[in-house]
Amino acid sequence: MKNHLKICLLLLFAVFAANFGRSQDEITITHEITVLGNTKPVPVSLDGFSGEVADVLKFDLYVQGFSFVTPDVAQYQISGSNDGNVVGRVADKFARSTLLSRSYTGASLRRQAHAFADDIVFAITGKKGIGQTKIAFKAQPTGNGSGEIYVSDFDGHNPQAVTGDHAIVSKPSWVPGRLALYYNSYKLENPDIFYSDLSTGQRRVVARYGGSNFSPAASPDGSKLAMILSKDGSPDVYVSNADGSNLKRLTTGVEDSSPCWSPDGQWVCFATKINGRRLLAKAPAGGGAVQVIHTAGAPNPTEPDWSPDGKWIAFTSQTSEFDVCVAPADGSAPPTVLVRGESPSWSPNSRTLIFNHSVGYLQTLSVLDVFTKQVKDVGRIAGSDSEPAWRKDLNL
Amino acid sequence: MKTTLIYSLAFVLAVSLAATGCRHKPVNVTPMTPGMTPPPPTEPMPPTLPSGPTISSGESVQAGGGPAAGAEEFEGMIEDRSALAAYTVHFAYDSSVIRKSEQANLQSVAQALAADPNTKLLVEGNCDERGTEEYNRSLGERRALAAREALAKQGVDPMRIRTESFGKDKPVDPGHDEAAWAKNRRDDFVLLHPKPGT
Repeated sequence: MKNHLKICLLLLFAVFAANFGRSQDEITITHEITVLGNTKPVPVSLDGFSGEVADVLKFDLYVQGFSFVTPDVAQYQISGSNDGNVVGRVADKFARSTLLSRSYTGASLRRQAHAFADDIVFAITGKKGIGQTKIAFKAQPTGNGSGEIYVSDFDGHNPQAVTGDHAIVSKPSWVPGRLALYYNSYKLENPDIFYSDLSTGQRRVVARYGGSNFSPAASPDGSKLAMILSKDGSPDVYVSNADGSNLKRLTTGVEDSSPCWSPDGQWVCFATKINGRRLLAKAPAGGGAVQVIHTAGAPNPTEPDWSPDGKWIAFTSQTSEFDVCVAPADGSAPPTVLVRGESPSWSPNSRTLIFNHSVGYLQTLSVLDVFTKQVKDVGRIAGSDSEPAWRKDLNL
Repeated sequence: MKTTLIYSLAFVLAVSLAATGCRHKPVNVTPMTPGMTPPPPTEPMPPTLPSGPTISSGESVQAGGGPAAGAEEFEGMIEDRSALAAYTVHFAYDSSVIRKSEQANLQSVAQALAADPNTKLLVEGNCDERGTEEYNRSLGERRALAAREALAKQGVDPMRIRTESFGKDKPVDPGHDEAAWAKNRRDDFVLLHPKPGT
């Protein structure tokens, strides 16, 4: 009897191995994913789609690590149509199985295409896609001076102005769990930090202390706000409740900037300067000793952003140019320099970054798959577009 | 023995079919909800707002000439941008150190403030375009605070001085070379007169 069971199990294993022979390749790919900037894209074919739907699918899949090949050499064959509605199918060529077969109704063809792209990503990688996510950013008609805060789809489509103040603005930060933003505005003749509820249009000032108030960053649970204030004679990191109350000074550095949060809310990471050298550091959110974060090899780090899965810190390194870099948050390996650009912000699934880079003397937003280094501009939206912030909530 | 094996195989087949079985399933339909509705226009702000609560950090800070006066202390004052325009202080790249060559300008600013105790001062810190945006905002603020600290050493009450950083958002020279950058790395001084009737 015992033998039977053994044979049974063996057979079971054999059939599974045969059936999912190609899933071993997937496992290899998953493993390679930890190699920043060096992972091979997943080859797929795309047939039957046209116009905007084809464009959306190509953009969404390219910036999530897929490459486009002819059906005969594709690992996954994506096919369907967009005659009225999007209808799509994904076949795993090697496993000879259909991973996904679905049609979409309602909203716009564009939204249907993003939803199909998300389903493709989930079917192939098991991870939630970024097709239906949102960003906030600042847009300046001339590259400096006054501008407005905008929100849009992650690919820059459907932009909507949040402000109409014709004032200098900067650093939008989504408030997790709400359709709301913090940002810095000079509207009241001083750099102050505003909270803006996008569903009602109501806004209020949460920090207007003597000196400058800027670089707001909402905590991952939305209950706290980190920011830079100079009210005590030095630009330092402060933490308050979401409404600006219960203010606490976190750092006493000579010149601190751009705070961000660890996803567990325990740490605030920021750029600092020690003996004239620029470094990244972190401090316990409740106060405590500051620790330097290892970024050797990527000089002059600023603008850190901690990935939602906790593993990585993206930041900008400055030499004669700006480079988007990613370092393991635990300091276990040196940072990887990925592409020219600045101000990176992580996608909710911790795989993609949105950042800005100069085209001429204006900034353009760009989306980067950190594992394959595949990158695409989102196209100019409102002049010079910069300081993108990726909304981390997936289901709101 | 044989029957058990057949059963096993049947079971295995069933399991493997279940795992790959969606092959002949009818097409799933996902209804889409419309996207985010456009945010309503933001409310116009009231002309003045109460400043945030004043909270003592309980720490003594020497940098920048000590704690700043609240923003409300400067509310409604009249800006005179020309009075001290000749005394703009310039900085080296990525530095907030006030160089010896700039000391005379600071003395002139201190004298102007001493001449009329009713006036106050706005120091605007600025950067060239080469740092990242938020980094430059902090660097600009540090430059403004460096002037405040130096003026305090010359006897100006630091509570009369308001600092503000523009980062790289307010260049005087729109160029993209060292000549332009050198002009843009600066502190501008704006004399503040009391609002009429006070």
